[in-house]
Amino acid sequence: MSEVAGNGPVLRGLQRIGATSLFALELLAQCGPALARPGLIVRQIYNAGARSLIIIMLSGIATGAVLGLQGANLLQRFGSENYLGIAAAFGLLKELGPVLTALLFAGRAGTALTSEIGMMRATDQLTAMQIMAVDPMRYVAAPRFLGGLLAMPLLTAVFNVVGLFGAQLIGVQEMGVDRGAFWSQMQSSIGLSDVNEAIVKSLVFGFVASLIAVYEGYHSDGTAEGVGLATTRTVVASSVLTLLLDYALSAVFL
Amino acid sequence: MGVPEQQAAVQAATQPAADDIVVDAQDVHYSIGGREIFSGLTLRARRGRITAVMGPSGTGKTTLLRLITAQAYPDSGRVSVWGRDVSELRSREIFAMRTRMGMLFQNGALLTDIDVFENVAFPLREHTTLPEPLIRDIVLTKLHAVGLRGAAELMPAELSGGMARRVALARAIVMDPELLIYDEPFVGLDPIALGVILRLIQKMNEALGLTSIVVSHDVHELETIADDSYLISEGRVVASGTPQELGEGGSPIVRQFMSGSPDGPVPFHYPAPDYVTELLAGEGAP
Repeated sequence: MSEVAGNGPVLRGLQRIGATSLFALELLAQCGPALARPGLIVRQIYNAGARSLIIIMLSGIATGAVLGLQGANLLQRFGSENYLGIAAAFGLLKELGPVLTALLFAGRAGTALTSEIGMMRATDQLTAMQIMAVDPMRYVAAPRFLGGLLAMPLLTAVFNVVGLFGAQLIGVQEMGVDRGAFWSQMQSSIGLSDVNEAIVKSLVFGFVASLIAVYEGYHSDGTAEGVGLATTRTVVASSVLTLLLDYALSAVFL
Repeated sequence: MGVPEQQAAVQAATQPAADDIVVDAQDVHYSIGGREIFSGLTLRARRGRITAVMGPSGTGKTTLLRLITAQAYPDSGRVSVWGRDVSELRSREIFAMRTRMGMLFQNGALLTDIDVFENVAFPLREHTTLPEPLIRDIVLTKLHAVGLRGAAELMPAELSGGMARRVALARAIVMDPELLIYDEPFVGLDPIALGVILRLIQKMNEALGLTSIVVSHDVHELETIADDSYLISEGRVVASGTPQELGEGGSPIVRQFMSGSPDGPVPFHYPAPDYVTELLAGEGAP
């Protein structure tokens, strides 16, 4: 981007943050009018959400299985294997679910969003819309942003449920933890506030990842190299911000 | 007679009435990143006529279209469309102005996630509340006009370059615009597709009473359809008149461009140091 060129890396970074913030305001202003076309948003929830389901479920079950395996192994050393249900649920709901879903989202849906909008820029589709007196912020950017924002909590919920199933599968079926203790301990210790934390985190991560993906695509150079670089920036920025924000949010909720 | 005198003479002989002028660019100066694209460009497009804007590659022909469609504004000078200075328009007025114009992009610029029918229907759905049966009839009429009614259900990726451009043309005329702008409509087309596009441009202008601006460097194609022609070089209009007048053109640059000669004021080589000096300077280098 030409307006973010020159000067030192710190200044460039600040300029990028400023440009992204202004873009976010413009995008939020267009979200209201974009809601008038729910069909476009539903299609983007499908693109960002339903099409990410397989990777989310596979990752969820693998993560849960590892939690079940390592958790049971560790807790058995102290004779506390009955607490595996709480450990798995805490880990998944509050940290692993939102964070891993956000990282996977950035890699799967975020890159797809950036490259799609970048290619629309490269092939003059966005310009053509402007000439047809249609604002691409309203027609292209806002529905994709809203689709990503709404898909993230849904994907996180799926990740968590599948992850708990994976933890139970390995912890109970393979490692011999008592099934009743696994579920009853979880039920008695996990409250609504823990679920809320997962929802808030997933919404924040969904906001950040979708905003970055749409911004990078919208402002990519209209070349193959430009779209490639924008896609890379989407993954890097989304992933780093997700991890930083996760710490901040955890500290707030604690 | 020099180029400016010749230009002034042509303009004086064909001075149109003010309300007859759709696009009026006066003494336009425009630079991108320190590089001057236009340095005093002046041209007009008149109502109901096909105006050709020609020039070697890289002379800013597409930039001119960006100025006319208010995607960019001149550093100085004035670009007026339908008598309004585009740099004074608010965004709402710019959108209103754009609903009266259609533009055919070099690559078609069709929306790739919807089919041909929906692409043509797109402006109608965005700007009107017409009932679905009427939208269907209008879209099929426009597709029929470009000979692609049978391709309504195809996706843009399934179209050839010529077909994509025809669909884009159907989309450009679906709102019945008063001004139709073509950006390099002949690039990369086979002779048959090229003939079809040429015929369509002419037919659209005659049948719909449009004003057309065709930006291209394909001299011979434009000669057959253009009513008025402008030749741009080095940021300004170097010749104007009918294509025939340009063909008989006076200045060396006009003659070179119209005849397609590699020798003339427009050099074959990009500016570079002396060839022999540069080669010898490399001797002894690793």
